[in-house]
Amino acid sequence: MTAPLLSFYLFSAVILLSSLMVISSKNPVHSVLFLILTFFNAAGLFIILHAEFLAMILIIVYVGAVAVLFLFVVMMLDVNFTKSKENVLHYMPFGLFIGAVFVCELIIVLINSKLDLANIQILSNPFAKFSNMSNTQALGSVLYTDYILYFQLSGVILLVAMIGSIVLTLRDRTGIRRQIIGVQLERNSSSTVLKEVESGEGVDI
Amino acid sequence: MSVITLITENIFLILEILMWSIVVFVPILVGVILAVYGDRKIWAAVQKRKGPNVVGPFGLFQVPADGLKYIFKEIIIPDGADKVLFILAPILTFSLAIAAWSVIPIQAGVVLSNINVGILYIFAISSLGVYGILIAGWSSNSKYPFFGALRSAAQMVSYEVSIGFVIVTVLMCVGSLNLTDIVLAQKNVWFFIPLFPMFIVFFISALAETNRPPFDLPEAESELVAGYQTEYSAIPFVLFFFGEYANILLMCSLTTILFLGGWLPPMDIAPFNMVPGFIWFLLKIILVFYMFAMVKAFVPRYRYDQLMRLGWKVFLPISLAAVVLTSSILFFFNLAPNLI
Repeated sequence: MTAPLLSFYLFSAVILLSSLMVISSKNPVHSVLFLILTFFNAAGLFIILHAEFLAMILIIVYVGAVAVLFLFVVMMLDVNFTKSKENVLHYMPFGLFIGAVFVCELIIVLINSKLDLANIQILSNPFAKFSNMSNTQALGSVLYTDYILYFQLSGVILLVAMIGSIVLTLRDRTGIRRQIIGVQLERNSSSTVLKEVESGEGVDI
Repeated sequence: MSVITLITENIFLILEILMWSIVVFVPILVGVILAVYGDRKIWAAVQKRKGPNVVGPFGLFQVPADGLKYIFKEIIIPDGADKVLFILAPILTFSLAIAAWSVIPIQAGVVLSNINVGILYIFAISSLGVYGILIAGWSSNSKYPFFGALRSAAQMVSYEVSIGFVIVTVLMCVGSLNLTDIVLAQKNVWFFIPLFPMFIVFFISALAETNRPPFDLPEAESELVAGYQTEYSAIPFVLFFFGEYANILLMCSLTTILFLGGWLPPMDIAPFNMVPGFIWFLLKIILVFYMFAMVKAFVPRYRYDQLMRLGWKVFLPISLAAVVLTSSILFFFNLAPNLI
């Protein structure tokens, strides 16, 4: 048994166990934390494949940003843990259906691919012309040339989603006093109201 | 069985990795102790006090003494706390703060792990740091830690965005994600001269990212007792404290590597280039840490909405514009590093 193979089994075992814990743990915060563990180990699998750029991006984007927001939301929810358990049977058929679809897809992929799992080189180096580059360079030189349209399109879709969520949550409240830093900095003694107040008497401003 | 043979075959490799880990860890430990001492001394000097001056020569043993005091205290775990996560949070903070140091080059070729994506690794590890705080705040099951954790999470996520863009501008000038390459690319001119605005943005974002004053809202004692650390005592508290200062030193060394030329001497002439590189590296880290300490001493704490405004409405547009501007200049003046 070689070291990469051993680490592969380690990472994938942790992925399987922790993703099982995601759906079975009673506390939603624990679920999110197990989800983070799953992401982390998936990044480990990428590193075994020598795809270190993807591994780091997975951690930065999913663990560092997306899962933080998940955790943020879940922590502030006031969930009744016993009630959510009753719902398990309610959602079971739908979950099983999605699971079955996913298993079918995986089987189709497995049948179609003539992948020799021992030969990891194919996976880490699918394009021969990039074999002497670091995979950051290789990804960049494909992503910004051949696939520039799809890359830009996905960017536009994300932008639309972002604007959409801002529009949905934007509300124009009246009667609140906002701090305008420029105005504050412009102020000087000439524009300030100074009044002598006699002791024991009020004053109108 | 095969696992055991794998371990026995590579026993020397494993021992070597362990040894190097200790070689990295001990200087960080000493560095953190000196940093805490220096921080308190500088802070005291600004306020015309003496600072720690009783324990040991010049008060140098004050920090180890404080540490020992915490270690011998009882670990108190609140009754309603999530016990596993409550203990996990400081351990996470501590180990992540140490882990990031494995890719920092202190001299040409002197680095524990010279990986291709070094800067991304540091960015990833520092973005994980928020979990220690978030988990600590939630698992304490108490309102002040929870508020502290929420503030901290929002703050760190916000300022990570601008740090990311600043790193991108530097990387465009280098053409590599490797930290050694980043330093070597500054052989002619340190990046803080051509990218001076980015240097400022990075420095302020680093203050916010490490929860240093004036951005220490997560532990603002006037509002939140001690924020996410409120329920912590003894060793878990020391782990948080240590992790915080290790992160500050990490940000100092990252500033040094990205903008101040890492281990390179200021001028490549006789008296300067005879000094070994790691001395220059240390001096630069001390300089940046001095600036960190001075900011703590004389800038008042921000209000939370002002903090968010600064992150999203000032730094994000500035750093985005700088990415576009830098890449345009590099492209049109044909200055981009030639790679392929």
